[in-house]
Amino acid sequence: MKCRRCGQPAVIDVRRHNAAFCADCFVHHCREQVKRAVHDFDMLEPGQRVLVAVSGGKDSLALWHLLRELGYEADGLYIGQGIGEYSDHSRDATVAFADAQGWKLHEIDIRGQYGFDIPGAAFATKRAPCGSCGLSKRHLFNKAALDHGYPVVATGHNLDDEAAVLLGNVLRWETGYLGRQHPVLPESRGFARKVKPLVRLGEREMAAYCVIQGIDYMVEECPMAAGNKHLGYKDMLNGLEEQSPGSKAAFLFGFLERGHEHFAVEAGEEREALGECRECGSPTSNDDLCAFCRLRERAQGVDAPVELGPTRRRRNRGRHSPSRPTSAG
Amino acid sequence: MKVLLRNPRRELEIEGPTTVLALLKRLEINPESVLVIRGDTLVTRDARLADADDIEIRPVISGGSNPA
Ligand code: SF4
Ligand SMILES: [Zn+2]
Ligand SMILES: [Zn+2]
Repeated sequence: MKCRRCGQPAVIDVRRHNAAFCADCFVHHCREQVKRAVHDFDMLEPGQRVLVAVSGGKDSLALWHLLRELGYEADGLYIGQGIGEYSDHSRDATVAFADAQGWKLHEIDIRGQYGFDIPGAAFATKRAPCGSCGLSKRHLFNKAALDHGYPVVATGHNLDDEAAVLLGNVLRWETGYLGRQHPVLPESRGFARKVKPLVRLGEREMAAYCVIQGIDYMVEECPMAAGNKHLGYKDMLNGLEEQSPGSKAAFLFGFLERGHEHFAVEAGEEREALGECRECGSPTSNDDLCAFCRLRERAQGVDAPVELGPTRRRRNRGRHSPSRPTSAG
Repeated sequence: MKVLLRNPRRELEIEGPTTVLALLKRLEINPESVLVIRGDTLVTRDARLADADDIEIRPVISGGSNPA
Protein backbone atom coordinates (compact mmCIF):
# COMPACT_ATOMS: atom_id res chain seq x y z
CA MET A 1 0.00 0.00 0.00
CA LYS A 2 1.08 3.54 -0.75
CA CYS A 3 0.51 6.66 1.32
CA ARG A 4 -2.54 8.51 0.05
CA ARG A 5 -0.93 11.86 0.68
CA CYS A 6 2.65 11.49 -0.60
CA GLY A 7 2.87 8.13 -2.39
CA GLN A 8 5.63 6.70 -0.15
CA PRO A 9 5.17 3.17 1.26
CA ALA A 10 2.40 3.20 3.86
CA VAL A 11 2.74 1.91 7.43
CA ILE A 12 -0.92 2.05 8.45
CA ASP A 13 -4.22 1.68 6.68
CA VAL A 14 -7.33 3.53 7.83
CA ARG A 15 -10.10 1.77 5.94
CA ARG A 16 -12.80 4.08 7.28
CA HIS A 17 -11.20 6.81 5.18
CA ASN A 18 -10.30 4.40 2.42
CA ALA A 19 -6.71 5.48 2.97
CA ALA A 20 -3.25 4.39 4.01
CA PHE A 21 -0.49 6.67 5.29
CA CYS A 22 3.26 6.80 5.78
CA ALA A 23 4.38 7.71 9.30
CA ASP A 24 4.64 11.48 8.71
CA CYS A 25 1.36 11.75 6.87
CA PHE A 26 -0.37 9.63 9.52
CA VAL A 27 0.70 12.07 12.23
CA HIS A 28 -0.64 14.86 10.04
CA HIS A 29 -3.91 12.92 9.66
CA CYS A 30 -4.28 12.58 13.46
CA ARG A 31 -3.66 16.28 14.01
CA GLU A 32 -6.20 17.18 11.33
CA GLN A 33 -8.83 14.91 12.91
CA VAL A 34 -8.30 16.52 16.33
CA LYS A 35 -8.40 20.00 14.78
CA ARG A 36 -11.60 19.12 13.02
CA ALA A 37 -13.26 17.72 16.16
CA VAL A 38 -12.20 20.80 18.14
CA HIS A 39 -13.60 23.05 15.42
CA ASP A 40 -16.83 21.15 14.63
CA PHE A 41 -17.86 20.86 18.27
CA ASP A 42 -16.38 24.17 19.36
CA MET A 43 -14.30 22.48 22.08
CA LEU A 44 -11.38 24.79 22.84
CA GLU A 45 -10.11 28.33 22.35
CA PRO A 46 -6.73 28.57 20.56
CA GLY A 47 -3.88 28.03 23.04
CA GLN A 48 -6.31 27.48 25.91
CA ARG A 49 -5.27 26.03 29.29
CA VAL A 50 -6.66 22.52 29.56
CA LEU A 51 -6.40 19.70 32.09
CA VAL A 52 -5.95 16.28 30.46
CA ALA A 53 -6.92 13.09 32.30
CA VAL A 54 -3.97 10.74 31.81
CA SER A 55 -3.81 7.07 32.68
CA GLY A 56 -0.59 5.95 30.98
CA GLY A 57 -2.62 4.25 28.25
CA LYS A 58 -2.42 5.02 24.53
CA ASP A 59 -5.42 7.32 24.28
CA SER A 60 -4.62 9.70 27.09
CA LEU A 61 -0.90 9.99 26.32
CA ALA A 62 -1.64 10.52 22.62
CA LEU A 63 -4.26 13.13 23.51
CA TRP A 64 -1.86 15.04 25.73
CA HIS A 65 0.81 14.91 23.01
CA LEU A 66 -1.58 16.02 20.26
CA LEU A 67 -2.99 18.92 22.29
CA ARG A 68 0.53 20.17 23.07
CA GLU A 69 1.52 19.82 19.41
CA LEU A 70 -1.52 21.88 18.49
CA GLY A 71 -0.43 24.66 20.83
CA TYR A 72 -2.70 24.15 23.85
CA GLU A 73 -1.40 24.74 27.34
CA ALA A 74 -2.23 21.17 28.35
CA ASP A 75 -1.30 19.80 31.79
CA GLY A 76 -1.94 16.23 32.97
CA LEU A 77 -3.86 14.76 35.87
CA TYR A 78 -3.14 11.21 36.98
CA ILE A 79 -5.49 9.44 39.38
CA GLY A 80 -4.10 6.42 41.26
CA GLN A 81 -6.91 3.88 41.61
CA GLY A 82 -5.05 1.36 43.76
CA ILE A 83 -5.55 -1.50 41.32
CA GLY A 84 -2.44 -3.43 42.41
CA GLU A 85 0.47 -3.73 40.04
CA TYR A 86 -1.58 -2.39 37.15
CA SER A 87 -1.84 0.98 38.87
CA ASP A 88 1.87 0.95 39.68
CA HIS A 89 2.72 0.40 36.02
CA SER A 90 0.23 2.95 34.75
CA ARG A 91 1.66 5.55 37.10
CA ASP A 92 5.23 4.71 35.99
CA ALA A 93 4.29 5.11 32.32
CA THR A 94 2.55 8.43 32.99
CA VAL A 95 5.30 9.93 35.14
CA ALA A 96 8.04 8.80 32.72
CA PHE A 97 6.19 10.41 29.82
CA ALA A 98 5.51 13.68 31.66
CA ASP A 99 9.13 13.89 32.85
CA ALA A 100 10.56 13.15 29.41
CA GLN A 101 8.41 15.87 27.88
CA GLY A 102 8.91 18.26 30.80
CA TRP A 103 5.15 18.80 31.14
CA LYS A 104 3.25 19.49 34.32
CA LEU A 105 1.49 16.51 35.92
CA HIS A 106 -0.93 16.71 38.85
CA GLU A 107 -1.42 13.54 40.85
CA ILE A 108 -4.18 12.20 43.07
CA ASP A 109 -3.89 8.93 44.96
CA ILE A 110 -7.35 7.72 45.96
CA ARG A 111 -6.09 5.45 48.73
CA GLY A 112 -3.65 7.98 50.12
CA GLN A 113 -6.06 10.91 50.00
CA TYR A 114 -9.48 9.33 50.45
CA GLY A 115 -8.74 6.07 52.25
CA PHE A 116 -10.12 3.55 49.79
CA ASP A 117 -9.26 1.90 46.48
CA ILE A 118 -11.21 0.62 43.49
CA PRO A 119 -11.00 -3.13 44.22
CA GLY A 120 -12.19 -2.41 47.77
CA ALA A 121 -14.99 -0.18 46.50
CA ALA A 122 -16.16 -2.86 44.07
CA PHE A 123 -16.21 -5.37 46.90
CA ALA A 124 -17.98 -3.06 49.35
CA THR A 125 -20.68 -2.09 46.86
CA LYS A 126 -20.95 -5.55 45.23
CA ARG A 127 -20.94 -3.71 41.91
CA ALA A 128 -18.71 -3.82 38.86
CA PRO A 129 -15.38 -2.06 39.55
CA CYS A 130 -15.70 0.11 36.43
CA GLY A 131 -18.73 1.83 37.97
CA SER A 132 -16.88 2.91 41.14
CA CYS A 133 -13.79 3.67 39.12
CA GLY A 134 -15.61 5.85 36.59
CA LEU A 135 -17.55 7.80 39.18
CA SER A 136 -14.40 8.40 41.25
CA LYS A 137 -12.43 9.54 38.21
CA ARG A 138 -15.20 11.89 37.05
CA HIS A 139 -15.57 13.38 40.52
CA LEU A 140 -11.86 13.85 41.20
CA PHE A 141 -11.09 15.07 37.71
CA ASN A 142 -13.82 17.68 37.92
CA LYS A 143 -12.74 18.74 41.40
CA ALA A 144 -9.10 19.09 40.33
CA ALA A 145 -10.10 21.27 37.37
CA LEU A 146 -12.15 23.58 39.59
CA ASP A 147 -9.51 23.67 42.37
CA HIS A 148 -6.68 24.51 39.95
CA GLY A 149 -8.73 26.86 37.82
CA TYR A 150 -8.66 25.00 34.50
CA PRO A 151 -11.51 26.27 32.33
CA VAL A 152 -11.79 22.96 30.50
CA VAL A 153 -10.91 19.31 30.98
CA ALA A 154 -10.15 16.83 28.19
CA THR A 155 -10.47 13.05 28.22
CA GLY A 156 -9.08 10.48 25.78
CA HIS A 157 -12.40 8.90 24.79
CA ASN A 158 -11.98 7.82 21.18
CA LEU A 159 -14.40 6.85 18.41
CA ASP A 160 -14.51 3.21 19.57
CA ASP A 161 -15.20 4.16 23.19
CA GLU A 162 -18.00 6.49 22.23
CA ALA A 163 -19.55 4.08 19.71
CA ALA A 164 -19.49 1.27 22.32
CA VAL A 165 -21.10 3.49 24.97
CA LEU A 166 -23.70 4.57 22.42
CA LEU A 167 -24.49 0.97 21.56
CA GLY A 168 -24.92 0.15 25.25
CA ASN A 169 -27.20 3.15 25.78
CA VAL A 170 -29.29 2.34 22.73
CA LEU A 171 -29.66 -1.34 23.63
CA ARG A 172 -31.31 -0.28 26.88
CA TRP A 173 -32.78 3.01 25.61
CA GLU A 174 -31.10 4.96 28.38
CA THR A 175 -32.64 8.26 27.33
CA GLY A 176 -30.95 10.28 30.10
CA TYR A 177 -27.51 8.95 29.18
CA LEU A 178 -28.20 9.48 25.48
CA GLY A 179 -28.96 13.12 26.23
CA ARG A 180 -25.63 13.52 27.99
CA GLN A 181 -23.53 11.62 25.44
CA HIS A 182 -21.78 14.35 23.53
CA PRO A 183 -18.14 15.30 22.79
CA VAL A 184 -18.69 18.55 24.73
CA LEU A 185 -20.40 18.98 28.07
CA PRO A 186 -20.72 22.69 28.75
CA GLU A 187 -19.73 24.20 32.07
CA SER A 188 -22.50 24.47 34.63
CA ARG A 189 -22.75 25.10 38.36
CA GLY A 190 -20.15 22.85 40.01
CA PHE A 191 -19.11 21.21 36.73
CA ALA A 192 -16.11 22.16 34.59
CA ARG A 193 -16.48 22.11 30.81
CA LYS A 194 -15.56 18.68 29.42
CA VAL A 195 -14.34 17.83 25.92
CA LYS A 196 -13.37 14.68 24.01
CA PRO A 197 -11.00 15.76 21.22
CA LEU A 198 -10.31 12.18 20.04
CA VAL A 199 -13.88 11.34 18.95
CA ARG A 200 -12.89 11.37 15.29
CA LEU A 201 -10.02 8.89 15.81
CA GLY A 202 -10.31 5.15 16.38
CA GLU A 203 -8.59 3.11 19.03
CA ARG A 204 -6.30 1.53 16.46
CA GLU A 205 -5.23 4.96 15.24
CA MET A 206 -4.34 6.07 18.76
CA ALA A 207 -2.16 3.01 19.33
CA ALA A 208 -0.50 3.61 15.94
CA TYR A 209 0.07 7.27 16.82
CA CYS A 210 1.93 6.22 19.98
CA VAL A 211 4.05 3.62 18.16
CA ILE A 212 4.98 6.12 15.44
CA GLN A 213 5.74 8.93 17.90
CA GLY A 214 7.73 6.63 20.18
CA ILE A 215 5.31 7.17 23.06
CA ASP A 216 5.89 4.33 25.50
CA TYR A 217 2.33 3.70 26.66
CA MET A 218 1.13 0.88 28.86
CA VAL A 219 -0.06 -2.00 26.66
CA GLU A 220 -1.12 -4.07 29.68
CA GLU A 221 -4.87 -3.96 30.34
CA CYS A 222 -6.64 -3.18 33.57
CA PRO A 223 -7.37 -6.55 35.22
CA MET A 224 -10.77 -5.27 36.31
CA ALA A 225 -11.93 -4.82 32.70
CA ALA A 226 -12.34 -8.54 32.03
CA GLY A 227 -15.94 -9.36 31.28
CA ASN A 228 -16.87 -5.68 31.00
CA LYS A 229 -19.77 -5.38 28.61
CA HIS A 230 -18.19 -2.54 26.69
CA LEU A 231 -15.44 -4.90 25.56
CA GLY A 232 -18.17 -7.09 24.05
CA TYR A 233 -19.77 -4.09 22.33
CA LYS A 234 -16.42 -3.08 20.88
CA ASP A 235 -15.93 -6.60 19.56
CA MET A 236 -19.32 -6.56 17.88
CA LEU A 237 -18.74 -3.14 16.38
CA ASN A 238 -15.35 -4.22 15.07
CA GLY A 239 -17.04 -7.22 13.45
CA LEU A 240 -19.32 -4.79 11.61
CA GLU A 241 -16.41 -2.50 10.80
CA GLU A 242 -14.38 -5.29 9.24
CA GLN A 243 -17.36 -6.17 6.99
CA SER A 244 -18.26 -2.62 6.25
CA PRO A 245 -15.58 0.01 7.00
CA GLY A 246 -17.01 3.25 8.34
CA SER A 247 -19.85 1.62 10.31
CA LYS A 248 -18.65 2.84 13.70
CA ALA A 249 -18.23 6.44 12.55
CA ALA A 250 -21.61 6.40 10.77
CA PHE A 251 -23.28 5.07 13.92
CA LEU A 252 -21.71 7.65 16.26
CA PHE A 253 -21.80 10.72 14.03
CA GLY A 254 -25.27 9.94 12.76
CA PHE A 255 -26.41 9.98 16.38
CA LEU A 256 -24.56 13.21 17.16
CA GLU A 257 -25.93 14.96 14.08
CA ARG A 258 -29.49 13.65 14.00
CA GLY A 259 -30.29 11.79 17.22
CA HIS A 260 -28.72 13.54 20.19
CA GLU A 261 -30.87 16.67 20.14
CA HIS A 262 -33.99 14.60 20.77
CA PHE A 263 -32.66 13.42 24.13
CA ALA A 264 -30.79 16.54 25.25
CA VAL A 265 -33.81 18.27 26.82
CA GLU A 266 -34.30 15.53 29.37
CA ALA A 267 -30.64 15.57 30.42
CA GLY A 268 -30.75 19.36 30.83
CA GLU A 269 -33.71 19.13 33.19
CA GLU A 270 -31.91 16.55 35.31
CA ARG A 271 -28.91 18.84 35.68
CA GLU A 272 -31.11 21.75 36.79
CA ALA A 273 -32.46 19.83 39.76
CA LEU A 274 -29.12 19.38 41.53
CA GLY A 275 -28.44 20.08 45.20
CA GLU A 276 -25.11 20.27 47.05
CA CYS A 277 -23.19 17.49 48.80
CA ARG A 278 -22.98 18.25 52.54
CA GLU A 279 -19.49 16.74 52.68
CA CYS A 280 -17.68 18.17 49.66
CA GLY A 281 -20.08 20.69 48.10
CA SER A 282 -20.30 18.88 44.76
CA PRO A 283 -23.55 18.94 42.86
CA THR A 284 -25.76 16.02 43.81
CA SER A 285 -29.31 14.95 43.11
CA ASN A 286 -30.27 14.29 46.73
CA ASP A 287 -29.12 17.24 48.88
CA ASP A 288 -27.18 14.89 51.12
CA LEU A 289 -24.00 13.10 50.05
CA CYS A 290 -22.79 13.02 46.45
CA ALA A 291 -22.16 9.63 44.83
CA PHE A 292 -18.42 9.90 45.45
CA CYS A 293 -18.75 10.70 49.16
CA ARG A 294 -21.29 7.89 49.55
CA LEU A 295 -18.89 5.50 47.87
CA ARG A 296 -16.06 6.73 50.07
CA GLU A 297 -18.15 6.16 53.20
CA ARG A 298 -18.91 2.58 52.22
CA ALA A 299 -15.49 1.66 50.87
CA GLN A 300 -13.14 3.33 53.35
CA GLY A 301 -10.77 0.78 54.85
CA VAL A 302 -12.34 -2.13 52.92
CA ASP A 303 -9.77 -4.49 51.44
CA ALA A 304 -11.00 -6.59 48.56
CA PRO A 305 -10.43 -10.29 49.08
CA VAL A 306 -7.69 -11.65 46.87
CA GLU A 307 -10.03 -12.76 44.04
CA LEU A 308 -10.87 -9.15 43.21
CA GLY A 309 -7.26 -8.08 42.94
CA PRO A 310 -5.58 -10.24 40.36
CA THR A 311 -2.62 -7.94 40.12
CA ARG A 312 -1.94 -8.25 43.81
CA ARG A 313 -2.31 -11.97 43.63
CA ARG A 314 0.07 -12.02 40.72
CA ARG A 315 2.55 -9.99 42.67
CA ASN A 316 2.39 -12.56 45.48
CA ARG A 317 2.91 -15.44 43.08
CA GLY A 318 5.86 -13.86 41.32
CA ARG A 319 6.08 -11.74 38.22
CA HIS A 320 5.78 -14.34 35.50
CA SER A 321 2.72 -16.29 36.42
CA PRO A 322 -0.19 -15.57 34.11
CA SER A 323 -2.87 -13.21 35.34
CA ARG A 324 -6.35 -14.69 35.34
CA PRO A 325 -8.78 -11.86 35.79
CA THR A 326 -11.94 -12.86 37.60
CA SER A 327 -15.34 -11.94 36.30
CA ALA A 328 -15.20 -8.27 37.17
CA GLY A 329 -17.36 -5.84 35.25
CA MET B 1 8.71 -16.38 12.09
CA LYS B 2 8.38 -15.44 15.74
CA VAL B 3 4.99 -13.95 16.59
CA LEU B 4 4.51 -12.16 19.89
CA LEU B 5 0.97 -11.81 21.23
CA ARG B 6 0.00 -9.65 24.21
CA ASN B 7 -2.53 -9.64 27.03
CA PRO B 8 -1.58 -12.25 28.02
CA ARG B 9 1.92 -12.23 26.60
CA ARG B 10 2.80 -15.36 24.61
CA GLU B 11 4.99 -16.31 21.65
CA LEU B 12 4.17 -18.48 18.64
CA GLU B 13 6.36 -19.89 15.89
CA ILE B 14 4.61 -19.64 12.52
CA GLU B 15 5.93 -20.65 9.16
CA GLY B 16 6.50 -17.88 6.61
CA PRO B 17 6.33 -16.33 4.14
CA THR B 18 2.79 -15.05 4.46
CA THR B 19 0.90 -11.76 4.46
CA VAL B 20 -0.35 -9.82 7.47
CA LEU B 21 -3.95 -10.49 6.52
CA ALA B 22 -3.37 -14.24 6.07
CA LEU B 23 -1.52 -14.42 9.40
CA LEU B 24 -4.37 -12.68 11.23
CA LYS B 25 -6.95 -14.87 9.55
CA ARG B 26 -5.04 -17.97 10.55
CA LEU B 27 -5.00 -16.80 14.17
CA GLU B 28 -8.67 -15.73 13.95
CA ILE B 29 -7.86 -12.15 14.86
CA ASN B 30 -9.93 -9.25 13.51
CA PRO B 31 -7.45 -6.86 11.78
CA GLU B 32 -9.51 -3.95 13.11
CA SER B 33 -8.60 -4.91 16.68
CA VAL B 34 -4.78 -5.03 16.41
CA LEU B 35 -1.64 -3.39 15.10
CA VAL B 36 0.98 -5.54 13.45
CA ILE B 37 4.56 -4.50 14.10
CA ARG B 38 7.62 -5.92 12.32
CA GLY B 39 10.77 -5.19 14.28
CA ASP B 40 9.75 -1.74 15.44
CA THR B 41 7.80 -0.60 12.38
CA LEU B 42 4.08 -0.81 11.73
CA VAL B 43 3.02 -2.78 8.65
CA THR B 44 -0.18 -2.64 6.62
CA ARG B 45 -2.47 -5.61 6.05
CA ASP B 46 -1.08 -6.39 2.59
CA ALA B 47 2.56 -6.51 3.77
CA ARG B 48 4.50 -9.72 3.05
CA LEU B 49 6.15 -11.28 6.06
CA ALA B 50 9.29 -13.40 5.69
CA ASP B 51 10.14 -16.46 7.71
CA ALA B 52 12.97 -14.57 9.44
CA ASP B 53 10.76 -11.69 10.61
CA ASP B 54 10.01 -10.83 14.23
CA ILE B 55 6.35 -9.91 14.46
CA GLU B 56 4.28 -8.43 17.26
CA ILE B 57 0.50 -8.51 17.14
CA ARG B 58 -0.60 -5.83 19.56
CA PRO B 59 -4.23 -5.55 20.66
CA VAL B 60 -5.58 -2.02 20.64
CA ILE B 61 -8.92 -2.57 22.37
CA SER B 62 -9.00 -1.04 25.84
CA GLY B 63 -11.47 -2.37 28.34
CA GLY B 64 -13.59 -0.54 30.82
CA SER B 65 -16.48 1.74 30.23
CA ASN B 66 -14.67 4.71 31.69
CA PRO B 67 -11.24 5.26 30.22
CA ALA B 68 -9.43 8.21 31.71
S1 SF4 C 1 -11.19 -1.06 33.25
FE1 SF4 C 1 -12.71 -0.34 34.73
S2 SF4 C 1 -11.68 -0.48 36.71
FE2 SF4 C 1 -10.10 -0.59 35.14
S3 SF4 C 1 -9.37 1.51 34.88
FE3 SF4 C 1 -11.00 1.19 33.35
S4 SF4 C 1 -12.88 1.87 34.34
FE4 SF4 C 1 -11.34 1.60 35.96
ZN1 LIG D 1 2.93 10.17 3.20
ZN1 LIG E 1 -19.40 14.81 48.08
